[in-house]
Amino acid sequence: MDPLLRADGVSFSYEPDRFVLDDVSLSVRRGAIVGLLGPNGSGKTTLLRILGGTLKAARGGVALDGRPLASLSRLDLARRIAVVPQETHATFDFTALEIVLMGRYPHLGAFQLEGADDIRIARESLQATGTAAFEARAFATLSGGEKQRVVIAGALAQASDVLLLDEPTASLDVGYQFDIVDLLLRLNTERGTTMVVSTHDLNLAAALCGELVMIRHGRVLASGATADVLTPANVRALYGVDAEIAMHPRVRHLTVTPIGRAHS
Amino acid sequence: MAAPIRKRLLGVVAVFGGLLLAVAVVAPLVGTTRISLAHVFDRTTPFADNLDAQIFFIARLPRVVAAALVGAGLATAGVVFQALLRNPLAAPETLGVSIGASLGAMIAITLLPATAILGVPSVSVASFLGSLGALAVVYALSIARSRGMSSTVLLLGGVVLTTFLGAIVSFIQYLADFTKTFQTVRWLMGSLDVGSYTAIVAALVPMVIAAIGYATLPRTLDLITLGPDAAAARGVDVARAERVALVSASLSTGAAVSLGGPIGFIGIVVPHLVRMLVGADHRLVLPAAALFGAAFLIGCDLLARTIAAPVELPVGIVTAMIGGPFFLWLLLRRTR
Repeated sequence: MDPLLRADGVSFSYEPDRFVLDDVSLSVRRGAIVGLLGPNGSGKTTLLRILGGTLKAARGGVALDGRPLASLSRLDLARRIAVVPQETHATFDFTALEIVLMGRYPHLGAFQLEGADDIRIARESLQATGTAAFEARAFATLSGGEKQRVVIAGALAQASDVLLLDEPTASLDVGYQFDIVDLLLRLNTERGTTMVVSTHDLNLAAALCGELVMIRHGRVLASGATADVLTPANVRALYGVDAEIAMHPRVRHLTVTPIGRAHS
Repeated sequence: MAAPIRKRLLGVVAVFGGLLLAVAVVAPLVGTTRISLAHVFDRTTPFADNLDAQIFFIARLPRVVAAALVGAGLATAGVVFQALLRNPLAAPETLGVSIGASLGAMIAITLLPATAILGVPSVSVASFLGSLGALAVVYALSIARSRGMSSTVLLLGGVVLTTFLGAIVSFIQYLADFTKTFQTVRWLMGSLDVGSYTAIVAALVPMVIAAIGYATLPRTLDLITLGPDAAAARGVDVARAERVALVSASLSTGAAVSLGGPIGFIGIVVPHLVRMLVGADHRLVLPAAALFGAAFLIGCDLLARTIAAPVELPVGIVTAMIGGPFFLWLLLRRTR
C-alpha cells in the first residue's frame, strides 16, 4: 500500500550552506503513529513544518496520497493535515469553544459564519478530548494540559486525516503527559487518525509510536519499527547517552533508563 | 457563549448602531445656541433665512460626521494593529503612524505655501502622506531581517520612529515663526472643526478602501492571534492577510489623522472596551469598534464644545483626559 504521507530527499536551510535538514526521507502509512526523535535543534520542528506544507523544502518534496503538497491549495491542505504546536498562546480572551471553532476555518467560505453543524463538530471534539466542561472558559485561564487538549480538539474539528504534533507534552507534568498519550492512542484506534509526533522523550515515544524516525544534525540516523530502532546503540548515537532498554512487564512497551553520558 | 455567531453579530450591530444613531442625532442639536430639530427641517423657511438649519448643516453636522469618521478610523486601526502584532498595547500612536502624520502636517504648515489640492488643504494631504510614509519605513524594517514580518521589530521600530520623528517635529516648531508655531500646536492637539464637507469627502476615499480591506479580515485576524504558524496550518494566507491588514489600517489611520489631527487614546481605549463587552471574536470586535469609536468621539467632541462654553477645548485634550485614567483602570482590572 502506498504511504499516506511521504517525504523524499527533503533538504532545508535558513542560512546558505547551513542545512537544518539534509536529504531526509520518510514515509507514514495510513493509521500509523510515527515518532520523530532527536536532540534539541536536530531539525524536528522544521521537518514537521515541511510535512505540514507551511514551509517549503529547498530540495526534495513531500507528497500526500502520492500528490505533491505544492499542488494542493492552502485550504485543501488544511482539510487534510492539522498541526498541534508545542504551545499555544491566545492574546485575547477567546473561550475554549471559540478556539476549537477556529479549526473549522478551512471548511467555511470567505464570508461564511459557522452554522449548527460546525458547532456540533466543535462540541464533539471537545467531548473527545475530555474538555467539554471548559467550553465557556477563557482559554488563557486553562492549565497547560487543558490548553493542549483544547488545541488538539481544534485540530480534530479541522477533520483532517493526518495530525502533526510538535512535542505535545514538552511543557506538561507527568499526569498530563499520560492524559495526552491516552488521548492520542484512543484517537488513533477509534478514528484511525494518522499521526507524526516529534518528541525527545524516549519513553513517550516507546509508549505511543509504532515506528520511529531518528534525526541527528538534520539527517536520518535510523528509522523503522520502534522495537527494532529503539536500541542502546542508536540512543548512544542520537544523544551521546548510555541507556538500558527493556520491555517493561507492566506497561508492556519498551522503557528507556538513561545511565549516564557516554564516554567514547 | 451560547448564541451562535450570527445572532451575536446582529445584536452587536443593533446595540452599537443604535448608540451611534442616538448620539449622532442629539449632538448637532446641542451647543451654545439652542436649535430645534423641527425648525431645522422646516421647509417653509428658505435656507438663507433659517438660522437653525444653517447652524445645523454648516456649523455642527460636518463636525459630527468628521468625529464619526475619525473615531471609527482610529478605533478599527487599533483593533487591527493589536491583532496583527498579537500585542494589546499596539495602536496607531505606537507604530509611528500618528507622528508620521504630524511631521507631514508640520512641514506643510511651516515650510510650504498654504494651498489646496482639489479643494483639500495641503496640510491634510501632507499628513496623510506622512502617516503612510512612516508605516512604510517601519514595515520595511520589520521584513528586512526575517522570513515574513517580525512583530517585535515592527513594534520597536514604531517606538523608535515616534521618538525620532517627534524630535524633528519639535525642531521644525523651534525654527518656525510665532504664528506658525501656534498653528502647529493647535493642529497637534487635534480638532474636528473641519469647516467644510470637502475635507470629509476627501477622507472618505481612503476610508472606503480601508473598509473593503477590513471586510476580508476578521476571521483571519482571529487565527493570526494564535500565531502565524497556527494560522497557516489552518489554511490562512498569512503574508497576504498581514499586508491587507497593514495597508487598510494605515489608510484608515492616515485618513483619520489628516481630518482631525493626532487625536490620542481612541485607538487603544475603544478596542479594549469593546473586547470587554463583546469578547475576542474579530467578526464582532471590528464592527463594534467602528460603531462605538464613532459614537465615542462624537460624544467627546460634544463635551469639548460645551464643557467650557463659549470656549471650545481641543478634542484631543478631552479624549486624553477621559482615555488616560480609563486605560489605567482597565490595566489594573486586567492584572488583578
